[in-house]
Formats: sequence, C-alpha cells, structure tokens
Amino acid sequence: MASPINRRRFLRMMATASGTAATAALLAACGGTAATPTTAPAVEPTTAPTTAPAMAPTVAPTTAPAMEATAAPAATSGEIKVGILHSLSGTMSISEVSVKDAEIMAIDEINAAGGLLGMKIVPVIEDGASDWPTFAEKAKKLIEVDKVSIVFGCWTSASRKAVLPVFESLNGLLYYPVQYEGLEASPNIFYAGATTNQQIIPAVEYLLTESKKTKFYLLGSDYVFPRTANKIIKAKLKDAGLTEVGEEYTPLGATEYSTVISKIQASGADVVFNTLNGDSNVAFFKQLKDAGLTSESLLTLSVSVAEEEIRGIGPENMVGHLTAWNYYQSTINPENTKFVAAYKAKYGEQRVTDDPIEAAYVMVYLWAEAVKKANSVELNAVRTAAKGLTYQAPEGLVTFDGENQHLYKTARIGKAQPDGMFEEVWTSGAPIKPDPFLKTYAWAKDL
Amino acid sequence: MTLVLTQLFNGLSLGSVLLLVALGLAFSFGLMNVINMAHGELMMVGAYVAYLLNGLFVRWIGPDGINLYFIPALLASFVIAGAIGYILEITLIRFLYGRPLDTLLATWGVGLMLQQAARQIFGAPNVQVTSPSWLTGGLTIMPGLLLPYKRLFILGLAVVCLIAIALYLNRSSAGRRIRAVMQNREIAATLGVATRQVDGLTFAIGSGIAGIAGCALTLIGPIGPSLGTYYIVDAFLVVVLGGVGRLPGTIAAALLIGVGNTLFEFGSTATVGKVLIFVLVIAFLQWKPSGLVALRTR
Repeated sequence: MASPINRRRFLRMMATASGTAATAALLAACGGTAATPTTAPAVEPTTAPTTAPAMAPTVAPTTAPAMEATAAPAATSGEIKVGILHSLSGTMSISEVSVKDAEIMAIDEINAAGGLLGMKIVPVIEDGASDWPTFAEKAKKLIEVDKVSIVFGCWTSASRKAVLPVFESLNGLLYYPVQYEGLEASPNIFYAGATTNQQIIPAVEYLLTESKKTKFYLLGSDYVFPRTANKIIKAKLKDAGLTEVGEEYTPLGATEYSTVISKIQASGADVVFNTLNGDSNVAFFKQLKDAGLTSESLLTLSVSVAEEEIRGIGPENMVGHLTAWNYYQSTINPENTKFVAAYKAKYGEQRVTDDPIEAAYVMVYLWAEAVKKANSVELNAVRTAAKGLTYQAPEGLVTFDGENQHLYKTARIGKAQPDGMFEEVWTSGAPIKPDPFLKTYAWAKDL
Repeated sequence: MTLVLTQLFNGLSLGSVLLLVALGLAFSFGLMNVINMAHGELMMVGAYVAYLLNGLFVRWIGPDGINLYFIPALLASFVIAGAIGYILEITLIRFLYGRPLDTLLATWGVGLMLQQAARQIFGAPNVQVTSPSWLTGGLTIMPGLLLPYKRLFILGLAVVCLIAIALYLNRSSAGRRIRAVMQNREIAATLGVATRQVDGLTFAIGSGIAGIAGCALTLIGPIGPSLGTYYIVDAFLVVVLGGVGRLPGTIAAALLIGVGNTLFEFGSTATVGKVLIFVLVIAFLQWKPSGLVALRTR
C-alpha cells in the first residue's frame, strides 16, 4: 500500500507547491519595496484628474435615465435592496462578521423606525470568503443581479482594490468602514474609516511629543497597508530628524515572534509601531510578555488592535500598551451609550464594540440620511446628497468631505486596561479633515 | 553572547513547536500515507478543548481553576481530537487507502467543514485562554537571557510525547501491530492482525497528538477557527524533509528547520528567512528525494 511511487510522486508535488509558495514570498519580499513607490504615483494621476471632471459630466447625462431604471422597481415593490459584502468565512471573518452585525443592526433600527422614504430596507448578504476575486464576483452579482442601491462592505485593502474596478465600471456605490492606508479617492466609494492623517500621523506625533520616544521600531504584516503606513511614518520621522532603528515584516498569519522580539531588543528600540494584522497580534503580544517585556520597558502602539482583537490576545498580555483609533467602546457621549447598549442587547452582553464596528453602523445611517436628503435611492442623487452630510455618531460629529468622500474624524489614543477596554489618553479634540493623499503635509510631498 | 544564546534557545524552541505539530502528521501521513490536510483543524480542536476546560474549571473551582485546567486539558484534547480522528477514519478515510491524492482533497474538505463548524459554535473572533500562573514568567540564566517557562514547557512536552510514541511503537504489542500493518498489510493480515482496527487506532493516535499540539500552542499563539492553517505547511515540510515514515528524521528535520529559520530570520528578515528555508529544503529534496532519513525500499 505504501508504495514508493506514491511517496516519490508526493514529494515532487510538495516540492513544486512549496516552490511556488517560496517564489511568491520572494517576489513579495523583493517587490514590496519596489512596488510601494509605484502605488502612490499610479493612484494619484488616475484618480486626481478623473475625480473632479469625470464626475461632473457623468452625473448630468446619466441622472435622468438611471433614476427611472433603478428607482422605479424599488418604489413599486416598497422595499430598498442594499448589499452587504463581507468575509463571513475564511481568515478575515474574525473581524468582518461583527462589522456585518453592526450594519444589520443599523438597518433593523431604521426599518423599526418606519423605514426609508416609506419603504423597508432589505439587506442582501454575500460572503466574500476572505478571497479577493470572490469579492469582485459577488460585488458584480449584487449590482447586476440583485440591483442593490448601495453596497456596504469590505475590510482589507486588497478586497477593496479588487471590487473598485467593478464599482467604477458598473457605476455602483460602496460604503467602506475600515481605516486604511490612504492614497485613494474613488468617486464610487465613500470611506467611513480613517485615512492616514486621522490615525497614523497623529499617533506618531503623540509618541514623539507626548511619550518622548525617539527610537522607533516598525513591525508589520507583509502587505500593502503596513508597508504604505511605514513609508509615511519614516517620512514623518525624517521630518523630525530621526530614523527608525528597525523595520520588519512578517507574513500574514505568522505565529512565531521570538526572533523578531530578540531583534527588537538588540536594536535598542524604545517604542514599537505595530501594524501587524489579524492573528499575528495574538502571538506577538503573548510572546512579548513571555520575553519579560512590559509596556514600561518597551511600549508598543498598534493601529489594528481594537476591543474585538484584544479579547483574543488576552487583556493581561496587553495592559498599558497603546492603540490609535477614532472610537473606543469607552468613548463618552450619549450616542455611544445608546449604541453600545443596543449592540449588546441585540448580540449578547459579552460582545464588544470597536472602531470598525462603529464606523460600519454610522455609515449605514449616513447613507440613509443621504437618501432622505436626495428623496431618492438613485446613485448620483445619493452621492451628491452625501457630500458634506454631517451626523452625530458615537465617536462624535462626523462629516463627509465633499471632495474626497472621506469622513472628518476625531483621532484618539487609548491605553489598554486589564478589562480589555481602552482608556483614552489623548484626543485631537476636533474632527480632522481627511487628506488621503497627504497634500497638506510638506514632508509627505515625496511619497 | 546572550543574544547568541537567546537565538539558539529560540531556534530550539521553534524546533520543538514544529516537532509537536509534525508528530501527529508523522502518523497519518508518515505511516499511513494519508495526506491529512485536516491535521491543522485537529490541532484547532485541541485548542478549543483548552478554551472550554479553561472556562469550565474557572466556573467550577473559581479563580484557582486557571492553575489546574491545563494538564487535564492536554489529556482531554488528546481524547477528543483522537475520537474525531477515529470517526473520520471509519467514515471517510477507510475508503481512500492507496489513493493519497484523493485523501488530500477529502481531508481538505473535512478541514474546511471543521473550521466553519468552529466559527458557528464559538464565533468567528479569536477566543482567549488564560495561561496557568505557574507558566508565566521565565528562568533567568544570566542578565539578558530569559527562558520563558511556556517555551520550556512546550520543549518538555515535545520530548515527553516523542518518548511516549517511541515506546509505544517499539515496545508495546499494539504499537508493533501498527508497524507491521504499515510495513506490509497483506502479511500482517495473514498473520492474524486485524488491519481495519489498526488503521483506525493509528489515525486516532495521530489525531490525538495533533490535539495535544493545538492545546499546548494556546500558550503562545492565537486560538481561532483558522489556527490550523498557520501550522499545516510547516508540519508537512518537517515530515517530508525528515523522510516520510521515519520518526528520527522528523526530529532532525524539526530541529534543523527551527534553528535554521531563527538564524536566517535574525540575519535577514522574517520573509527572506522563510524563503531561504524553503529554497534549502527544495534543494535538499532534489538531492535526496526521500528526506533526511531514507526508508530503504526495494
């Protein structure tokens, strides 16, 4: 049974498979530095010229016919179909399931309050399965087959980049709930999460001026967001007359951090700027504590660890470490008290809210407000109405920027507590104007 | 100096993690030629057993529960993952012997089903397991050289599992029957060995060890539905490099990859280190396709 032919055949197969994996990793490793500089210029010329002019001409001619086409069936059936597109299976479901839950909650609340324009909102839920081509395929299905008025969805930048051409070519509209690396402004996407100047740049400034840190170690997962974020951080450090003491990327899903921690210790770093994503954070923080390092001896600041993730890490492993977000469950205002209570009542007392969950909830309301203002669910009318729209969100007042379709958001730094919540230690006070291309920062002009 | 020693320990520790992960696979893949892609999910089962017992002990005993749950959890994860493996063997894998590529697809599917089942039962986000307090902290050998107790525990556990397996396979009659069936099924059958039962038992033991590995890795890694996918490639890498079906080869391969990976990673970056390891393993397998310790075949 255990014939040598099978074994040999299998070995050859394994060798080819691992060979492919290794080549891919090598390409990623080599391509990373080479590829990142091209993203900025490649994105900028295409979006910058097209955003403003392309929109005006397309809006005018398409408005009238498109309106009849999409609004008419919706009106007669008495319901508004909306798409929800998140990973409900696969590795990203860790984060995206809760975001979907928040969107459903907002839709249910609006329906319970009498619906929208007298109609009921009906969500069509699709599973992107943590696979970027699947996201594109499902986006196409939602727009073409289900004829949804709007899609709420995506988490990773990879999935957003995969669906972007679909939304642009079929003229659909996506509301996106997660903080990201910036350098994008599609007329077909409204960005409800923070761009870099509302999260990463304030975080670096906080570490420089408030924490008085000078030796930055940049640690991230090996894909577009951490690499772009670190490029911005390095430019910012250079502006402050500093250079990073180390920079390291680990593959997504990496679970072994002892060597990285040795390297951090050897580099003499006094702060780690952590852009690790997903499960790697659990391994990193557990092993950091095992190595005898606490937030006093080596501070870390994370931009992808929120209340939801800290439950998997174990609060005792992260006490005292910092995170940068625009919202915490502990944020104090009446809207948030109501939001947290409603979320827990609907999904269970043990559930927590965090920044992307709040952004997902808020963006559904922002869309509903735009529909009310436009008195139509037609795309161009909604888009025009959405610009400049303000909303009193659990995180405070948010406003959609008319030009780049990003939200004005308040930046916050929080310190992890033993109960898994964050205590706000700093806030920008007022909402920061979104600047995805960092045009207003002199030191960022070379990026 | 302390840095070199720390790195050496890290390498040894990674080697022990890899060994623990690969040991179960050495049974199902090494001995039985089943390309068990659900191996990682059986580890996940072990991790969730630790999570459940953690919760139950705290509920029954109170806060002291976190110091007591871990050893029972290791045993329970062996039993439960082993039981799932046994069910898997009698319902599915039994019909696929001699068709390794079919076992790959079938077990891959089972793995996906187990992942989604975990997502339905425990929810998609990671869950937390509180490590027992006797495993927090570490042994200070000299200033700057701290050996975490958790790492030492995993190292010890890998050695204990290894010794237990070696004794079982070489000294017990049940173990000898396993070896007999795996080496020559027909002759074993003519000599009166119930090969069907042995198959089920072998696969169950392999699955049980995967459960132990999953339970132990809750100390240092994440506990979530996709836990298994992070370790499966490394597990196969170790077994293939070591020589399929050879326990000493598995040990050597785990240590070589562990130490090699940490050294390369320290000298370059995490990604490049991984690439170097892959390149070296591929090059080595071109030279010696049957791995470090070759099984003599005629």
